[in-house]
Amino acid sequence: MKIRVLVRLRPGIMDVQGAAVQRALVGLGFGDLRDLRVGKVVEVEVDAPDAGVARARVDEMCKKLLANPVLEDYTIESLETPSLAATSAVR
Amino acid sequence: MKFGVVVFPGTWSDCDFHHVVSEVLHQPVKYVWHRERDLGDVDCIILPGGFSYGDYLRAGAVAGRSPVVDAIRDFAAKGGLVLGSCNGFQILCEAGMLPGALQRNECLQYRCQSTHLVVDNVETPFTRGLRAGQVLTMPISHGEGKYYADAPTLAQLRAGKRIVFRYATPEGEVTRAANPNGSLENIAGIVNEAGNVLGMMPHPERAAETVVGGTDGLLMFQSLLGSLVEDGTFLKR
Repeated sequence: MKIRVLVRLRPGIMDVQGAAVQRALVGLGFGDLRDLRVGKVVEVEVDAPDAGVARARVDEMCKKLLANPVLEDYTIESLETPSLAATSAVR
Repeated sequence: MKFGVVVFPGTWSDCDFHHVVSEVLHQPVKYVWHRERDLGDVDCIILPGGFSYGDYLRAGAVAGRSPVVDAIRDFAAKGGLVLGSCNGFQILCEAGMLPGALQRNECLQYRCQSTHLVVDNVETPFTRGLRAGQVLTMPISHGEGKYYADAPTLAQLRAGKRIVFRYATPEGEVTRAANPNGSLENIAGIVNEAGNVLGMMPHPERAAETVVGGTDGLLMFQSLLGSLVEDGTFLKR
């Protein structure tokens, strides 16, 4: 089962990397840019009988290592069938 | 006092700490490999700086879940002394042994420079030989040292007098200009609730001999050993 995890800085946490990238883009002529934040994508493949079990395992991985709850939120999405691919906010 | 210096793949301050403990302080010291589950007979564990496991994912994230950290958690729960410097501080936060987290420096630059630290708490084993308000000079060397904690956690740190060091001017004033990395309230070091686990971004091991430009870092080790108390320096200050 293929799962994609999106790890983002929580709202209100300053994203200095995003701010630097934003400044660079404004300098490249994107004066219409209003906000930009940088996150991480983690693509995971797990042995699991169904997408529900796979998501639960990946949720454990996020809690144990992939995201730091002090700074980050995460969302988990299945890359298997379109009907299961809806993104759900976990935190 | 018996010291253990933890070594992860990518640790770089391990030899400096080992040198200071054995050659400057003349205390027994051994290296502890990251796969160890038993720390052996030690009184103080040091988590040195560096880039454990390449700092992949986040600084200290993988190290914070390694076998040796479980052993260190048990050791600390029994009152063992733990000093984490630089990457060691990041590891202690990632392991949940200290609250909060260390983010990328606000300036986006890696900062390798001398800093002045004002001592806020002299009631820890690491600072008991110091005077409140004393200013120490120690280097920093990091890209991710901006301390962050949410408002309730910060309030707990303040109420419990757990903020030990703050970046300051040479005169001890805590100013924005003296903050090298954008750390919340200029925080450079904190302790756990029991006071036996200290995390700090600066490097005391790089300020322990006059040949490297200063010996203020030594004061922390001497506080640990109680030597400042025993020889009366503590009383004379």
